[in-house]
Amino acid sequence: MSLFSDVPQAPPVAVFKLTADFREDTHPQKVNLGVGAYRTDDCQPWVLPVVKKVERLIVEDESLNHEYLPILGLPEFRSAASKVALGDDSPAIKENRVGGVQALGGTGALRIGAEFLRRWYNSVNNTATPVYVSAPTWENHNGVFADAGFKDIRPYHYWDAAKRGLDLAGFLDDLEKAPEYSIFVLHACAHNPTGTDPTQEEWKQIAEVMKRRKLYVFFDSAYQGFASGSLEKDAWAIRFFVSEGFELFIAQSFSKNFGLYNERVGNLTVVSKDNENLTRVLSQMEKIVRTTWSNPPSQGARIVSKTLNCPELFEEWKGNVKTMADRVLLMRDQLKAKLQALGTPGTWDHITQQIGMFSFTGLTPKQVEYMIKEKHVYLMASGRINMCGLTSKNIDYVAQSIHEAVTKVQ
Amino acid sequence: MSRPGSSPDEKGVSQNGDPGGHRPVFTNTLNAAVSPETRLLSAFARDTQARKVDLAGRGRDKTTACFCRSKVTANILHRQRQRIHEQHVQKYYSEEGRPFELRLVGKIKQQLSTDPTLHPEYPSSLGLREFTRKATEVALGKHSRAIVENRVLGVQTPGFTAAVRLGAELLRCWYDPSACWCGPVYLSSPCDDSLTGIFQAAGIQEIPSAHYPTGADLSQSQWAVITRLITRRRLFPFLLLPTQALCCGDMERDAWPVQHCASLGMELLCAQSFSHCFGLYGEAVGHLLCVLKQNSVLLPVRSQADKIVRSLWARPSVGGAHVVTTVLSNSAHLVEWQGEVKHIVERCMLIRAILREKMRLLGTPGRWDHLTQQGGLFCCTGLNGEQVEFLSNRRRVYLLPGGCLNVSAINCRNLDYIAESIHLALTSSL
Repeated sequence: MSLFSDVPQAPPVAVFKLTADFREDTHPQKVNLGVGAYRTDDCQPWVLPVVKKVERLIVEDESLNHEYLPILGLPEFRSAASKVALGDDSPAIKENRVGGVQALGGTGALRIGAEFLRRWYNSVNNTATPVYVSAPTWENHNGVFADAGFKDIRPYHYWDAAKRGLDLAGFLDDLEKAPEYSIFVLHACAHNPTGTDPTQEEWKQIAEVMKRRKLYVFFDSAYQGFASGSLEKDAWAIRFFVSEGFELFIAQSFSKNFGLYNERVGNLTVVSKDNENLTRVLSQMEKIVRTTWSNPPSQGARIVSKTLNCPELFEEWKGNVKTMADRVLLMRDQLKAKLQALGTPGTWDHITQQIGMFSFTGLTPKQVEYMIKEKHVYLMASGRINMCGLTSKNIDYVAQSIHEAVTKVQ
Repeated sequence: MSRPGSSPDEKGVSQNGDPGGHRPVFTNTLNAAVSPETRLLSAFARDTQARKVDLAGRGRDKTTACFCRSKVTANILHRQRQRIHEQHVQKYYSEEGRPFELRLVGKIKQQLSTDPTLHPEYPSSLGLREFTRKATEVALGKHSRAIVENRVLGVQTPGFTAAVRLGAELLRCWYDPSACWCGPVYLSSPCDDSLTGIFQAAGIQEIPSAHYPTGADLSQSQWAVITRLITRRRLFPFLLLPTQALCCGDMERDAWPVQHCASLGMELLCAQSFSHCFGLYGEAVGHLLCVLKQNSVLLPVRSQADKIVRSLWARPSVGGAHVVTTVLSNSAHLVEWQGEVKHIVERCMLIRAILREKMRLLGTPGRWDHLTQQGGLFCCTGLNGEQVEFLSNRRRVYLLPGGCLNVSAINCRNLDYIAESIHLALTSSL
């Protein structure tokens, strides 16, 4: 009798199940608007040209070896990653109070940050500190903070389904009512899954309350550059908060903006009050990393570091990122135009107002079911679509399918 | 997610800052305590003697060594200590004193970089299928009944530590679903000081004592006794295989204990690393093997492992795993690789033999047969704490606190000095 006989089957992750169902579907016009990875107009994954170039340079570089990286990661990567988030002329960096922890993707960065906060924030080992995540949010946020030991994970108002936009009033209200020192997970840009970000004015209001209520800022930044095509624009919220004097964490992912999904390239940027605090914090981060993965993998970090630290390669990369962002923007424009041309009931402005990889269409669960079962267009039950799944070849079919779903199904 | 909103009167759960102003948030964060290994390594780094020898096998690249000799301010020394903390890892060193590089690995990386069929896609959270298949085969043997009966779970992990951590988390969550299991977990004494930390991080509190890195492996008949005991007392074996192929020069022979337990029908966990035997230290290529009693629990256990992985690192990185898979799947590569590994092992055996001979010639008290009876990268000398301190303080020869040393760090240039030093440690009145 196995010792593991009573282990229950864990529920599948919705987005991967969607992709699995899509794969088994034999319909000739099937479209996958589920999982969040970039696709070209031919619906293929895209290895960024700058990445191919840098990979070759790395392989041919005789001076590189396979040594273990330091526990906190490749130093040139960490500093470059933090710089790209905070800006070249960041006063915080100049004041030597910014550090980085190389991590296994954005998930790894979130996890290390969460583990640290559980141990050292708001007294010692305080698992009761409330952690707020947006409603809705990337579903793994819950898992990461729960597994790091936090017992009280709560939603904060974010998406207003009726107006298909940000519920600022609800958000600010939750900030006012949250217990002091609560942790808030904020999406730096291109909110997943709604694609709806606060405006600069709205961010200012959010920051004001957070400062007054002594709430902890934990940014999740997975789409810098990918959202608007501009690194600076996409980092505005982060840089604003830093300029307001907040101590904060930023979990950065280079999976999307470098197309390095499978190399697990992430960085936890730590902005502290001063260098002394930073040093102590990083020493504890090291202890946490040591019992998680001990040393991070080098390949992806080397690619990113080489690219960010070399001016020509950096320019080339920005161009590649803009290519991806522009294609998404084009698909947004075209989808909205086609729905308007078809006379599909409802307003579709949100498709072009939203930003980044995802769009919250506003389709109801029944309409989503119709899309999947009858039209073989796969999207999340929440109505979230990955804009990258749209191409010039399938956009007509998708627009038509949405039109049918909205007109035939309530 | 638990509660909707919060009441307006709910106080912060702990008062941490002053009422006005913006006090730093992490003032309570202590500076992390320094482990004995780190203290030794720091001492080595601060040591400005030209003759110093690092036998703890934690090397540094030349740049850090330069720091040592220059004039240091408190600041630089502190940063340097940080760097040393970061290099807590054991490696195989060549005769020239440099970390081991496999020619074959370089070749394969070139090939892979120009392979048009490789996509940057997310791998599954459990890793590359081909890799886990190969990693499972090298641990259990291709024709293992457990594999044939499809009751083996293999999970690619970012390195050895991650494999141990995943195994620990699996046990903590599921070893006894009726109760929240938190131990006891027994570790060999001595053992790598990070192991306790890993199990604790997974939430296991009861860790009574605290094998890797002694090199003192058990014989087949000793393993037979142990497995009989484990079975009779219903204990759960978690085997660690960090340096497979570097002990006997043969993957199969080094994995014998795992295969033996599996052949007896036991359930077990095994954490593997391909860092040492492929010289892929920086690529974090690890694997957790889980052998189950029946096929019916495979899917549930796999789904739970998946769930745990998703909130730790989501998915493993693929670079190193591709290299390992390529070598293990191709008979020509396999032969070339085995050749390089054999060379490493033979060199280690030779060093052991020569060191033992030197001790004999010097007339060093005690028996030194254990030097050649043990195998692999590491050797447990049997020196006690005082003697280890003597070696570091007076002779600038740095061992691990438990008296273990990295055999590959010994070469023709430092052998005599080391042998003399050990002799002095044992004969000087301390």
